[in-house]
This record gives sequence, structure tokens and C-alpha cells, in this order.
Amino acid sequence: MNLLADVGVSNATLAEGLFVFSLAAFLGFVLIGRVPATLHTPLMSGTNAIHGIVLVGALAVAAAAHDVAGDVIAVVAVFLGTMNVVGGFVVTDRMLEMFKKRTPPSAPGTDKDANKPR
Amino acid sequence: MNVTPLGTIGYMFAALAFVYGIRQLGSPATARNGNRVAAGGMLLALFVTELLLGAHNYAFIIPTMLVAAGVGASVSRSVQMTAMPQMVAMFNGMGAGAAMFVGVGDFRDLTSIGNLAPTESITILLSCLIGSLSFTGSGVAFAKLQELMTGRPITYPLQKELNAGLLAAIIAVGIVIVAMGHGIGLVILFIALALVLGVTFVLPVGGADMPVIISLLNSFTGTAAAMTGFVLGNNVLIVAGALVGASGAILTTLMSKAMNRSLANVLFGAFGSVQAGAGAPGTEGGTVRSTTVEDVAALLAFAGQVVIAPGYGLAVARAQHDVKELADQLEKHGVTVKYAIHPVAGRMPGHMNVLLAEANVPYPQLREMDDINPEFNRTDVVLVIGANDVVNPAARNQPGSPIYGMPILNVDEAKTVVVLKRSMATGFAGIDNPLFYEPNTLMLFGDARDSLQSLVAEIKREYPV
Repeated sequence: MNLLADVGVSNATLAEGLFVFSLAAFLGFVLIGRVPATLHTPLMSGTNAIHGIVLVGALAVAAAAHDVAGDVIAVVAVFLGTMNVVGGFVVTDRMLEMFKKRTPPSAPGTDKDANKPR
Repeated sequence: MNVTPLGTIGYMFAALAFVYGIRQLGSPATARNGNRVAAGGMLLALFVTELLLGAHNYAFIIPTMLVAAGVGASVSRSVQMTAMPQMVAMFNGMGAGAAMFVGVGDFRDLTSIGNLAPTESITILLSCLIGSLSFTGSGVAFAKLQELMTGRPITYPLQKELNAGLLAAIIAVGIVIVAMGHGIGLVILFIALALVLGVTFVLPVGGADMPVIISLLNSFTGTAAAMTGFVLGNNVLIVAGALVGASGAILTTLMSKAMNRSLANVLFGAFGSVQAGAGAPGTEGGTVRSTTVEDVAALLAFAGQVVIAPGYGLAVARAQHDVKELADQLEKHGVTVKYAIHPVAGRMPGHMNVLLAEANVPYPQLREMDDINPEFNRTDVVLVIGANDVVNPAARNQPGSPIYGMPILNVDEAKTVVVLKRSMATGFAGIDNPLFYEPNTLMLFGDARDSLQSLVAEIKREYPV
């Protein structure tokens, strides 16, 4: 059975897709407008993880695969997509870990002192 | 795939999580949470997808995912902070490769039933084209950043013409495929050409411009993911892909702007291939004054204001903690310490902020370029640590220089500039820096980390508080 059989892009679904696409793209433009340069790297990395959503497409292709070549293509796509998702989010989290608020009990007052005008 | 009403609701929440996550990523206080919200949205989307598809071929798909997740997590956990830009390039390339294979898989599945309608072929070919470009393009970006190949722009005669010819050939093959509605052989040719174009289009871009390229390719991959959403009639793919495509495009423009260049100039300008010598009279014959740790320690200990201008060299030397220690010592002497952060210092925007934040440098001490530039004429000592192109006055006063017009940190306006540098080698853009020949510039040669540690020791020993 072929799960992709009813997938064909009719003109109606294409139009619907364009509708959703344009709204989401506009939202993307608006969301990024005023982000401080500090966060450009984590932001790039975070959105990098989000396009790992292509894994959903890879899973659909895996479900529809009907021969060995199809399975191989699907496995490669799933592997790459999963790497993108997991690696992307973990790398972003590691970057952002460094922005967390610091109140280390071992070195109290370090930050306070550094900020004090002299 | 057939999305049930409940599945659509699940996808809706996933899409909302992506939007909210990206929004939270825009502010330092909420960024980490935003990343987690987005990751939660991803888990939900994958869970819904598995429910919709049923237990079709879990036998080899689930193990594949587990292995990939394990490899992805361990690679991204173990990598040094310095190598983060490469990691982003690598994971971006993987997503792009996935989009490419999804396109091929869709094409084979759909043509097994019959010929494709033109709209189907076009969306599939777009996901293949953009995915392939971004796949090999990211590979080249990774190789340049990882220094597996030269960071210099690679140029050859008729480069633009060959790329244009390649693109024309891709379009021609694409038109034939759309007209025929089948032909996997042609799709493979189409993809092969696109893979080559991905390489040839990144080759002439210099290493210093890689952040812009990675951001552009990130935007490409998002768009490719959205295209697979069109083919599969899946809204969560379209929404997430479009969000990344659009935000990536904006980010790319912001970065080009920060370097005062158009995107076209970054892509086609073969940055750095112009020899600076022609437009830089006087630097060749100039003299460089080298200095010692003792002299710099004295300068610093008695300064009123010290500004630290870090660059990629700081990241390479992993000297961020040593910088912080030096700053702490100086503050004990009543010196005001600030950090001047150029928007493209390092190999990605925000690279320096991440590194210095790791060393617990207080956020208010990090000053952006426009904020700090008026302060240099009131600054006693500027410590340039591993930065080169972003402090190169040629950008201001040598119209012949390839970086002319790029806004820079005007460190040369300070009383004394101390440049910590390994050698007289040029920066990533590969051009000479007249700053080193200025009369108020002193060079402290050596590994940045060693130099900083010696400075801290010297100040502690000679100038106890």
C-alpha cells in the first residue's frame, strides 16, 4: 500500500500551502526584526534545529517506500534529519547555557563587584 | 500523508511552539527556554507523525533514529565552544541533505503510480535543488571553518559564467522533467548538477564571510523543508520551514549590513582576493614596535580606562578565562574595563559574547561597536586580542582595500594600542593591517593565553593592591 498515494499536490492544496507559507514567512520576518547581535549565533543555531522538521518528511517517505532503494533513501533521510534535530538543539542549548544567570555560591559577589562603578 | 483532524491539532501546537520558541530566542533572559520550547514542539510533531503513519517500518526506522540521535548528541556535547560555527554548518548540511533525499523519495513513490502533475514535479524539484545546494554548500563552509581547506576565496577564470551555465543547465533539466512527469535518471542528473553548484558557489567566498553564508544556507534549508511540506501536503513542515527560511533571510541581511556590504557583494565579490598592497601605501615599509609583558603590565596597571577588543584569536587560544582574570586584576587597581564587541568579531555574530559569557564576564561590560567607538579617544589602553580585520583602519581610509567601508572598531584613536598576536600573519580576510605600523601601536607577540597569564602574574607581583 502506498501512503503517499493521496498526497498528490492538487492545485487546491498547493494554493492552501502557499497561504500557510506566506503567513508563516511573514511571521518569521517580524519575529527576527529587533534581536540583539549577541543572540544572532544562538538564533541561527536554534532555527537550524527547527528546520530539522524535515525529519517529518523523511518519516513519511520511509512509510511510503516500496522497494529496497526506497528504504535506503528513507533511512539516509531519517538519519540526516535526526542528526539535524538532536545536534541542532543540543548545540543551541550549550551556547545558551552560557547566558544563564550566575549567582555562584562558591564565589559570592563576583558579578556585583565587577559591575560596581569605581 | 493523510493528516487526521486530531493530527492537525497536534501539528498546530507544534507550530505554535516553534513560533513562541523563536520569539523567546530573541531575548537573552528567555533564550534558553525558547530553545527548549521549540525542541518540545519538535518532539510533539514527530510523535504525531508516528501516530499518523502507524507501525509501518519501525524495525529499521526507530534504530536509525536512535543511532543518529546518539551520534548527534555526543558530537554536539563534546565539541569545543570554538568549533560551534562549524557545528551549525554541519547540522545545517544534514538537514539539507535530508530534504534532498525526501525529494528523491517522493519522486520515486509518486512516479510508481503514474506521471506527475507539473505542480508536483516543480515542488519536488525545488526541494531537491535547494536541499542539494545547501548540502554541499554547508560542506564547503564546514571545511573552510574547520580549516580542512584554505579559508581564502578560491577563484578561477570565468567563474561566474560557469556558475550561471550550471544554473541554466539545472533549469533546463528541470523543465524536461516537469514536461515528462517522470524520469528518475534525469532527477539524479538534476541533483548532481545542483550538488556541484553548491560547491562552486561557496568556493569564491572568503572565510571571513562564512557566517553570512551559513545563515543564508540555513535559510535555504528551511525553504527546502517547506517545499517538502508542499509535496506531502503537511502544514507543520510548511510553517516551520517558512519560519526558518524567512528569519534566516533577515538574519543574513542584518549580518551583511553589519559589514556594510550587500549580500551580492558577499556572494560574488570574491572578498579578499584583491591584493591590499595596491591601495595601501606606506604599510609595507613601516616599522612594527614589539613590546614586553613588563611594559604592558605597567601601562595597564596605571591606566584609567582599558578597552579589550577580542577576536577569533581569543577563541582559538581559549583565553576567555584569562582575559576575565586580567580584567579582575585591573579592576582591583581601579581601572575601568570594557569589552568592545564588533558585530562580526569571531566567526559568527555573537561569537565573542558567547565566549566571554562563558568566562562570567558581566553582560554590561560588553559594549557594541556604535556604543564604544566614541569612547576610544578617552581610553588609555586598548588590548586587541586575536582580532585583526575588525580593527583595520584600512576599512576607513583606504578606498582600494577590499574591506573599505566596513565599520570597524576605531581602536587607533586610543592613547596606546597593544596588539596581542601570534605573528605578523594577516587576518582571515588575508589583508595587511596598517594598525600594526601606527606610532601608538605596540605588538606583544606570542600565544594570547600565555601572554595574558604572564600579564596577570606580572601585575600581581609588581603592583600588589
